[in-house]
Amino acid sequence: MRRLGILLVILFGSSFILYNLAAISGDPLEALRTSSSPSAKQQMVTLTRELQLNVPPPLRYFIWLRGVLGLFIGQIDFGNSRSGQSVSTLVQHAIPVTIRLVTMATIVAIILGITVGIVTALRQYSRFDYAMTFVSFLMYSLPVFWVAVLLKQYLAIRFNTFLQNPQIPFGWIVVFSIASGIFWSGVISGSRKRVLKIFGAVFVANVLLLELLSALKWFTHPGLGPIILFGAGIGTAVGVTQLSLGLNNKSGLKASLAMAVLSLIAYYPSQYIFKHSPHITTILLMALFTLVLGAGVGWAFAKIDRGPVMRTAMITGLILAFLTLLDKLMQTWAPYMATDAVNGRPVPTIGQANALLDQSNFWLSTLDTLMHLVLPTIALTLISFAGYVRYTRGTLLEVLNADYIRTARAKGLTERTVIMRHAFRNTLIPLTTIIVVDFAGIIGGAIITESVFGWVGMGTLFRQAISSFDLNLLMAVFFITASLSVLANLIADLLYSALDPRIRVGAGK
Amino acid sequence: MAILKRKKVEISSTDASENAIANKETEGLSQRQIVFRRFVRHRAAMISVFTLIFLILFVYTALDFKIGPWNIHGWWKYKVEDLPELRYKDCPNGNVGCPTFSLRPKFLGGSGFGLGDHPFGQDDIGRDYFALVMKGAQRSLMVMFIVGIIGGTIGTVVGSISGYFRGTVDAVLMRFTDFIITIPTIIIGSVIGFHFGNLGATFLALYLGLFAWTGLSRLVRGEFLKLRELEFVDAARVAGASNRRIIFKHILPNAVGVIIVSVTLLMSGAILLETALSYIGFGVVAPDVSLGLLISQYQDSFTSRPWLFWYPGFFIIAIALSVNFIGDGLRDAFDPRQRRRLSLKDRRAARIESSDSKGGE
Repeated sequence: MRRLGILLVILFGSSFILYNLAAISGDPLEALRTSSSPSAKQQMVTLTRELQLNVPPPLRYFIWLRGVLGLFIGQIDFGNSRSGQSVSTLVQHAIPVTIRLVTMATIVAIILGITVGIVTALRQYSRFDYAMTFVSFLMYSLPVFWVAVLLKQYLAIRFNTFLQNPQIPFGWIVVFSIASGIFWSGVISGSRKRVLKIFGAVFVANVLLLELLSALKWFTHPGLGPIILFGAGIGTAVGVTQLSLGLNNKSGLKASLAMAVLSLIAYYPSQYIFKHSPHITTILLMALFTLVLGAGVGWAFAKIDRGPVMRTAMITGLILAFLTLLDKLMQTWAPYMATDAVNGRPVPTIGQANALLDQSNFWLSTLDTLMHLVLPTIALTLISFAGYVRYTRGTLLEVLNADYIRTARAKGLTERTVIMRHAFRNTLIPLTTIIVVDFAGIIGGAIITESVFGWVGMGTLFRQAISSFDLNLLMAVFFITASLSVLANLIADLLYSALDPRIRVGAGK
Repeated sequence: MAILKRKKVEISSTDASENAIANKETEGLSQRQIVFRRFVRHRAAMISVFTLIFLILFVYTALDFKIGPWNIHGWWKYKVEDLPELRYKDCPNGNVGCPTFSLRPKFLGGSGFGLGDHPFGQDDIGRDYFALVMKGAQRSLMVMFIVGIIGGTIGTVVGSISGYFRGTVDAVLMRFTDFIITIPTIIIGSVIGFHFGNLGATFLALYLGLFAWTGLSRLVRGEFLKLRELEFVDAARVAGASNRRIIFKHILPNAVGVIIVSVTLLMSGAILLETALSYIGFGVVAPDVSLGLLISQYQDSFTSRPWLFWYPGFFIIAIALSVNFIGDGLRDAFDPRQRRRLSLKDRRAARIESSDSKGGE
């Protein structure tokens, strides 16, 4: 509580200083003073009255503050922008856009970064580790605006052109397959013979897969269908069980396999629901239903130690539900390509939604939103991915040297249990705090990404505010980003102390 | 899983001999020598050091360099202000000002290895792009070093004072740090950059440095809080050392690893921040040249004249990448827990030695 008070005082101080700084550094009427238009004088008078420019800045700040303090009675008022619109409404439209832009990238970066970080730590000083270190440093040094232009050119435009005639040339298939062969043999590693074997297997599988996809025209008519979905389901069930419980745990394996069968049974009913009740709430309800079902199945199969089995079944179910949803979106792909607004070039390079597209069809507009997210997400992920890889690797290596890991091994626990239960969980503690702080920082940092990809979010508002001396707008953007970063720091501290009992909040001495 | 088990066995059996080798290596060396040796051994970091030094010399000697009344002539024939004629011969697709830099030998249909008149091409009005990129890289390097020095100094001072004295001083300084953190650097940069943009790149670097020290000061504070509780500090205090002596002689040398590593990160972050600010138009502005500014000016001509886009980007990446690798090498060098991966030769030598000593017993 005391910390919260201090934070409020800090926010108050910094907003006061920034308000005055911004107010004295520019004259909002400058353009009108030099303008020769006959109505200039009239406009100046109106603007002065509306923005209370005759009040000196330090006092005007308190007028602004009174509006903002409305936050506590549920009515926040940031004043009006220059053009007379309410800043609150502008911001209300902009925040979801920025959050949508950032959330996806953060989630992808976290998942990928943590996975790669763990693998590099477990294969410390291997060739894969060195390669990933180099790649992550390279990404760390990339300017986002530069990457964005490259992505637009090489990913979006080339891919769109490729879709006009979706036949992968044989040379490219070979190149892709060699690359993925090298990647997987690096990840799995082992003796030289083993590496060569893995490389060969992955290479052949990749060539066959790409040829098959090419032949089936999968790129223009993608989809999974119940059969592939079932195969993927069994794979997921085995994989998740292996990671979380180990395949020796029979009840866990049975429970997740049951989830795979259930997802096959649920395939056609869910198609029906998707078709007749296309809403975000329906999808969320279905996810909830899957979780409950998973818990039930886990409970039924396990006689002792039910918690972990239920958890495994729930995770399997959720992944399968996601795959079913993905399948539905893939089915929407062909109609989406065929619409006039898209016209066969589905990867957009700019904007946040296709204005020409009919918004009434839920699946089409969802797919459209996702397609517009593709490029910014890749760009942002590339940048923040590197940090997570380095951080996870460093922390996990440190944890693996700890005494309790030695104890766990000495007890005779399997390597899987040591890594997943003891090492990985303790690695997550410092990571959570990083993630929270990062998320707040990235919202402030989305200015550049937004401007490159032409999204109208907080960053655009901010640029607009600066270039037109729009004080109220500027302060609103500042207030939100600053509060977010303050809040994120507070949450990070609290989380840290909640997760790590050795740390106490406010332990000064 | 099988691999992991195998690795584990291997580690435990060689642990003792590795320790022996590591101890033998550091015998009779001062801390500074140990760190230096470890750093020199870090291959990527050493390559980066040489790359960076080469880049700095290359970039700064290319153009005229003014020190007071003296003017040192650069080795490159054009200056930023020169306006040579636009080249249009031999350019593909009717473009103008394409680069003359060529690596393709004559027998493969190229024009042979050579730099030509304008190795990086020319911009819209014919200015030599190589000169422009050099100028921009000078700006970026300068910003990077100024931010590193200012940010590093403030961060170290604030962090060490609040970590050492704790109590009220700590509370006040840390709240002040929070206060600076709430103002996002990019926002304050744009506010100031927009209003005083024409004050030049040096000014930009100065205020970026004034706002970029927060993370560093937190790290240094943490390090000081940890170190001040250790026995050798108590010993010094009992022996009657003053606060100043304890800070400078006992704690600071032990915290220098953390400081240097985060300063390098600060510097590589600064170069990206500067280019980003210039890109959205709030950093270095038009009559001046910066790498970010060059990219933003010519990104639309990427499809027709890609060289205007590639070269500034390459320089940004080269500088940031080598600074990052140097930081990584320093981190490894300063970390006492860091153990070098032993080569086969070392292992064999150790084995022979241990069998020798056993035979001698």
